[in-house]
Amino acid sequence: MLSNPPILLLKDIRKSYGTEEVLKGVSFELSKGETKVLIGPSGTGKSTLLRCINQLTPPDEGEVWLNGTELTDKKVDINKARQQMGMVFQHFNLFAHLDALNNVKLGLTKVKQMSEKKARSKAMEELERVGLANQASSYPAQLSGGQQQRVGIARALAMDPKLMLFDEPTSALDPELIGEVLEVMIDLAEAGMTMLVVTHEMGFARSVCDEIVFLENGKIVEQGSPRQFFENPEHKRTREFLDKISELYGGSKR
Amino acid sequence: MEDLILIWNSLPALLKGMLVTLELTLAFLGLGFLVGIVFAFGQVYGNKFTQTVIAIYEKVFRAIPALVLLFLFYFGSASLGIKLSAFISACLAMGLRSSAYQSQIFRGAIQSVGKEQMMASRSLGMSQFKSIVYVILPQILRLSIPSWTNEFAIVLKDTSLVYALGITEMLRQGRYIIARTYGNSLLIYITVAVIYFILVFTGSKFFSFLEKKFKIPGYETKEEKEGVRAV
Repeated sequence: MLSNPPILLLKDIRKSYGTEEVLKGVSFELSKGETKVLIGPSGTGKSTLLRCINQLTPPDEGEVWLNGTELTDKKVDINKARQQMGMVFQHFNLFAHLDALNNVKLGLTKVKQMSEKKARSKAMEELERVGLANQASSYPAQLSGGQQQRVGIARALAMDPKLMLFDEPTSALDPELIGEVLEVMIDLAEAGMTMLVVTHEMGFARSVCDEIVFLENGKIVEQGSPRQFFENPEHKRTREFLDKISELYGGSKR
Repeated sequence: MEDLILIWNSLPALLKGMLVTLELTLAFLGLGFLVGIVFAFGQVYGNKFTQTVIAIYEKVFRAIPALVLLFLFYFGSASLGIKLSAFISACLAMGLRSSAYQSQIFRGAIQSVGKEQMMASRSLGMSQFKSIVYVILPQILRLSIPSWTNEFAIVLKDTSLVYALGITEMLRQGRYIIARTYGNSLLIYITVAVIYFILVFTGSKFFSFLEKKFKIPGYETKEEKEGVRAV
């Protein structure tokens, strides 16, 4: 894994909202095929960090490099760069006026300029991948949360991204719906997708990811393999956090 | 019998006036729509300066009575040496007035669609313009139909005010008929009122048809769902 050049490289990312500094210099890298899980107490800047990566929230300072291109460079065509990064949102953010198929298809026809026919079959393919081919003509409001999130994943995957960003993809779901979304994510990780996942699902972190990054107060406290993390965390804060999380969400579901 | 004949004879003139009324309605609403929707986006997505300018514009136009606006644009512009026809003055006064109201309808809709939709479409690599066209607009237009129906009714009825600028819309045609025939004012005004009613009623029906046609599945109210089941 280490021999691969990093797909994503963050250098000293800083972001403030007003006088409050949310990110205080975060640096890490992500290699091809790697799955990294970002954990930390809420309000600690995890979501902001994800949005700093695809520049939905441009960082105040620091550099983001994707595949050798600096995204924080003002001259970069950000719309082009974003096509290489799929994003999955906590609240799904499906386009409410479009059915599942058209949600997945929109980026293909309007951004990738794919023909209607090609886009349609590609979109169906992606829906099949998340097990929702039979719901292609359902609208978001007619789908369960878990199904909506899977459409959200299919929508992001349809763009053939090099990197997938997950922003608490299961936090808004009823417990019985979490499994179906995690399953899709596990399949994806196993298929070799490069993933950066903000989550409280410790089971997922423990069994799927290559490295865990613990973020608190806008800084990385600790990072390491899941094994090191769960069995022998270096920092007291990490241990306290893990204890609290496992109390809330159960130790390891998988 | 005599009354009926009077109504019958006055119909051609009234219908001619009605066409002018419709023309004015279309012009006012059209201008109001174009300016209103641009200003709504400006108010939500624009910078501080744009937001402030639009907010002032909207408050000014909403605070001044329609008749005062009409006089300002027509007689006021004339005394500044700008020559505007009565029709153009009316369009500016009433169209811009409607834009102030419409911008608030659309602003509310944009805000209720929420930033998340914009974020999702930008995250796919869509430009802001494309996001507005393909993601935001289709949703806010649907959301706006009920309030817009209201605005349509108000604007249509308020076209009668331009009578004051000498434009021969339906109400002025009615006045002419009364003057010409020494006719029964009550009768003519009732006829005019009935035509206004039919216009507003038909228009509202049309918009509620549109609302149903473009309804997003999954958001039906409880009654509608049960209605579907009953069928």
